[in-house]
Amino acid sequence: MKILVPIAKVPDTTSKISFTDNNTRFNPDGVTFIMNPTDEWYALVRACELKEKQGGEVVVIHVGTPDAEQIIRKALAIGADRAVRVDADPTDAYFVAAQIAAHAKAENYDLIITGKETIDYNSFQVGGMVSEMLDWPCVSLVQKLEVENGVATLRREIEGGSEIVEVKLPLVVCAQKELAEPRIPNMKGIMSARTKPLAVVPPVEVEKLTAVISYSLPEKAKQVKLIDKDNVAELIRLLHEEAKVI
Amino acid sequence: MPVLTFVEISGGKIKKASVEAAYYGSKTAEALGTESLAVVLGEASGDELATLGQVGIKKVLHAADARLNNFDSGVYTKVVAAAAEATQADVVALSFNHNGKLLAPRLSVRLKAGYVPGAVELPQFNGSTMTVRKNVFSGKATAIYQVTTPRKIVSVNPNSLSPVRGSGSATVEAFTPAISDADFRVTVKGVDKVVGEIPLTEAEIVISGGRGLKGPENWYLITDLAKEMGAATACSRAVADVDWRPHHEHVGQTGLTIRPNLYVAVGISGAIQHLAGVNGSKVIVVINTDPEAPFFKAADYGIVGDAFEVMPKLLEEYRKFKAAH
Ligand SMILES: Cc1cc2nc3c(=O)[nH]c(=O)nc-3n(C[C@H](O)[C@H](O)[C@H](O)COP(=O)(O)OP(=O)(O)OC[C@H]3O[C@@H](n4cnc5c(N)ncnc54)[C@H](O)[C@@H]3O)c2cc1C
Ligand SMILES: Nc1ncnc2c1ncn2[C@@H]1O[C@H](COP(=O)(O)O)[C@@H](O)[C@H]1O
Repeated sequence: MKILVPIAKVPDTTSKISFTDNNTRFNPDGVTFIMNPTDEWYALVRACELKEKQGGEVVVIHVGTPDAEQIIRKALAIGADRAVRVDADPTDAYFVAAQIAAHAKAENYDLIITGKETIDYNSFQVGGMVSEMLDWPCVSLVQKLEVENGVATLRREIEGGSEIVEVKLPLVVCAQKELAEPRIPNMKGIMSARTKPLAVVPPVEVEKLTAVISYSLPEKAKQVKLIDKDNVAELIRLLHEEAKVI
Repeated sequence: MPVLTFVEISGGKIKKASVEAAYYGSKTAEALGTESLAVVLGEASGDELATLGQVGIKKVLHAADARLNNFDSGVYTKVVAAAAEATQADVVALSFNHNGKLLAPRLSVRLKAGYVPGAVELPQFNGSTMTVRKNVFSGKATAIYQVTTPRKIVSVNPNSLSPVRGSGSATVEAFTPAISDADFRVTVKGVDKVVGEIPLTEAEIVISGGRGLKGPENWYLITDLAKEMGAATACSRAVADVDWRPHHEHVGQTGLTIRPNLYVAVGISGAIQHLAGVNGSKVIVVINTDPEAPFFKAADYGIVGDAFEVMPKLLEEYRKFKAAH
C-alpha cells in the first residue's frame, strides 16, 4: 500500500503570537515551529503502522519554505520512507491542496492521510480540497482506520458519538485523536532519517482564492470577578442577573 | 443573486447549528439586499423545513432522495453545488460543524469559490469583495479574510450568534439533481451515539472537570450539577488520558473546540492547550484551590476554593435558584 501524508509546519503551541507591518503579517521572530500535532501524532503514525503491517511505502509531502527541513527529517525519523517538499509559501489552502493533488496524480497512491486541521489557521480545508481535486471519497474526523483487500473501515466522530463507515480505496482520510498513539523517534530512526531521500520540487501554477488582510489580538486579558467560596449564591446571582447565561 | 444555506437534518429535525447557519445566511442576504434560500438533503417533513422561515429563509430546495439520509461528502458536494448553480447563489453559507467542515472545502474546489472556515461575525461586502473575521492560532488571535472570487463560501462557528426567530414560513420545493448510485461511495455500517446526553458541541452550558477532582469516583460533583442545569460535561486532556473520562469529552487544542454560553471549569489548571478549545465561550467560571492557576486569567468569574466543598454548595444554590425562577 502506498500512502501519502501531507504535513504542515505550525508555531509551537506555547508560542506567543504577535504581528508586524501594521498587523498584516504574522511575526515569526522567536517562534519555535513544530510539525502540526495531528499530522505527527495520528496521520503519520497510523500510515507507518499500516505500512509496517502490510508492506508498501509512506511518503510525506510538505508545501513550504526550506526552513521546514527539520520537521521533514522528524517525519522521516518517525518512519516515513521519503519526502517531497514543494518549494512555495503556503498562504492559501486551495493553493496548498492543488500542490498535493498534483503530486498525488503523478504517483499512484492508495491512501492519503492528512490531519483534520492545522493549529495556526485552524482551517480544516486541505484534506477535503485534495479529495475533490482528485475526485476521491473522503472521510474526516477519523478515529480508527483499518484497510483490508482494498477496502477501508473507519470510525469517524459525529455530533455526540461516532459512525462506522466502509469505503473502497483510493481514499482521503482526515485524521484526529485516537487514530494512533504518538511515537517518539528512536535512535535508529533519527540516524536513517538523515539519508532518506528528500526531493524539492517547484510548485505548479494555481491561483489563490483567499487572503488574510489583517490580524488582531484579543483586546486585553479579562478581569476575573472573584467570589468568596462561602458565598456561592452570589455566583448564581451574577450568572443570572449580570452575565444572563442562566 | 441569492444566499444559499446548506441545512442539515438529524433524526428528522433541523440541527441547531444549521438553524444558526440559516440565520447567518439570512442576515448576509439582508445586507446584500437579496433572498435567503436553503438546501436540504435527505428525508424530512415539509412542516419541519417550513420552520426555516422563522430565521428568514424564503424557499427551501429539498433533495428528498432517501439515499441522501447519510452524509457522504462526495455526493453532498455534488448536490449542494448543483443547488448553488441552479439558484445562481453568490454566497453559500453553512455551519462549521462536523459535516460542514468537510463539505465546505470540497464545495470550494467544485465551485472555484473562495472559502472562509469558521467565521465568528457576519461578512462585510464591498463591491465583489467579501471580508469576514475568524479565529486563528487556536483562539489566540483573529484574522480578517478576504475573498474576491465571484462566488463565496463561508462557514459559521457554532454558537457564534443567537438566531432571532420571527414568524415566517418557508416554501419548500423539490430539488432533483442528477445523481447515480455510483456517486455514493461511503457506506455507513453502524452508528454509536451517546444517547440521552447533550452533544458537547451544541450545549449551551458545559460543566468540565480536571485533575483537581482526584479520581473518576468524584465525577458526581460534575455530573450532578450538569444534570440539574441541563448541561453537557467535558474534561481536560489529562483526565481523558488516564481514562477517568471518555476521550470524546476532552476539550482543547487536541480535543473538541466548544463555544458554550457558560463554561464552568472545576479543578482545571487552564493550560494554554486547554484554553484553545474553550476560550470562545461567552462566560467562563473557574473553581480552583490555587489562586495562581492560569485559568483565572481567562475567567469571567472565579471561586478560589476546594471543589469538594464548593460544588455541593453550587448544586444546592442552583436548585434554590431553579425553584424560585
Ligand atoms: C501539544 C499539546 C496538546 C495538548 N492538548 C490539550 C487539550 O486539547 N486539552 C487539554 O485539556 N490539555 C491539553 N494538553 C495538556 C495540557 O498542557 C495540560 O497538561 C492539561 O490540560 C492539564 O489538565 P488539568 O488542568 O486537568 O490538570 P493539572 O494541570 O494537574 O491541574 C489540576 C488543577 O486542579 C487544581 N486543584 C487541585 N485540587 C483541587 C481541588 N480540590 N479543588 C479545585 N481545584 C483543585 C490545581 O490547583 C490545578 O490547577 C496538551 C498538551 C500538549 C503539550
Ligand atoms: N503547507 C502544508 N503542506 C503539507 N500539508 C499541509 C500543509 N498545510 C496543511 N496541510 C495538511 O492539511 C491538513 C489540514 O490543514 P488545514 O486545512 O490548513 O487546517 C493538515 O493537518 C496537514 O495534513
